[in-house]
Amino acid sequence: MPRESKVEHRDGFDDRLRQARAKQGLDPDPAKAGGGLPTGPWGIGFRAGVEVVAALVAGAGLGFLLDRWLGTFPWLFLVFFLVGGAAGVLNVYRLFKPRPNAKP
Amino acid sequence: MAAEGKTIDALSQFELVPVLGPIGRAVGFSQSNAHMLLAVGLITLLFMVGMRHRAVVPGRLQAAAEMLYEFVEGVLIGQVGHEGRRYFPFVFALFMFVLFGNMLGLLPYAFTYTSHIAVTLGLAVLVFLVTTIVALAIHGKKFFGYFFPEGAPLWLAPIIIPVEVVSYISRPISLSIRLFANMVAGHVMLKVFATFIVLIGSLGAVGFLGAALPLAVNVALIGFEILVAFLQAYVFAILTSIYLHDAVHLH
Repeated sequence: MPRESKVEHRDGFDDRLRQARAKQGLDPDPAKAGGGLPTGPWGIGFRAGVEVVAALVAGAGLGFLLDRWLGTFPWLFLVFFLVGGAAGVLNVYRLFKPRPNAKP
Repeated sequence: MAAEGKTIDALSQFELVPVLGPIGRAVGFSQSNAHMLLAVGLITLLFMVGMRHRAVVPGRLQAAAEMLYEFVEGVLIGQVGHEGRRYFPFVFALFMFVLFGNMLGLLPYAFTYTSHIAVTLGLAVLVFLVTTIVALAIHGKKFFGYFFPEGAPLWLAPIIIPVEVVSYISRPISLSIRLFANMVAGHVMLKVFATFIVLIGSLGAVGFLGAALPLAVNVALIGFEILVAFLQAYVFAILTSIYLHDAVHLH
């Protein structure tokens, strides 16, 4: 097909068409891993700290609310404080676990 | 304001003050709300004016609008995949709102509405609700399988399920604390070093030389804060995308 190759040669039309199709999700496999969280030492450290604190706050808060509802004041609070600590560790683990790439 | 009585008063910049006179006072319309409206207006203006010509070769504003659009699109598609496209307006609106809030706050006399936990937590709870509702709408009852990984021994369920639930609930908290803490820390540092400039500068001729040091620090800090302002908006958008990925793909 001489005509097509001529067009292709002139401005890389096929290439651009392929890129545009992949970008619009018309082709099944874009094979693209765009986006990722910043991975500086400070960024990672701060994120890990925030994750632990947030999980502790969530656990303690949930325990406190359940206690207020059920009238068992210190016990569920204490249990969920520990659960919050575990959830914080889980959050940090998830932070470092490589994420599976998004399937198209 | 900062150096009154020769003390460092770094936190008064976060106080809410009613604006628009008695009407604003009556309805509790603070400068924070005013800046939110300003940000929304500027975002709308950027896209209305920027995309007015729809030129093939974009001008400056159009290039800015297109870059922001394609940047967020890349983040979202990269994390969620192509079925994430339908959530683009949500993520993009969040990103622009946070970005403009952070950036506007760096201008003199401006107020940073993202430096209030009420605002960031509100946004984060919105993200939390949307992702949860999306997951429930797509997967129905299977969504609750998210809290108990397949193949785990059943007797561990009493431990795993509370931990997973608390981990899930901690998402909006970590999302909001991260943004809020970054903005507050940056503005407090700027204010502290700015106060040093005034305090040291009041010592006369020697003070002028000494004041150059915190001034240099503040110049560097402003550059750093512009980076942080963008980075935190990006982090907010990408974490929203990650949560949407979990909601759509459920693993």
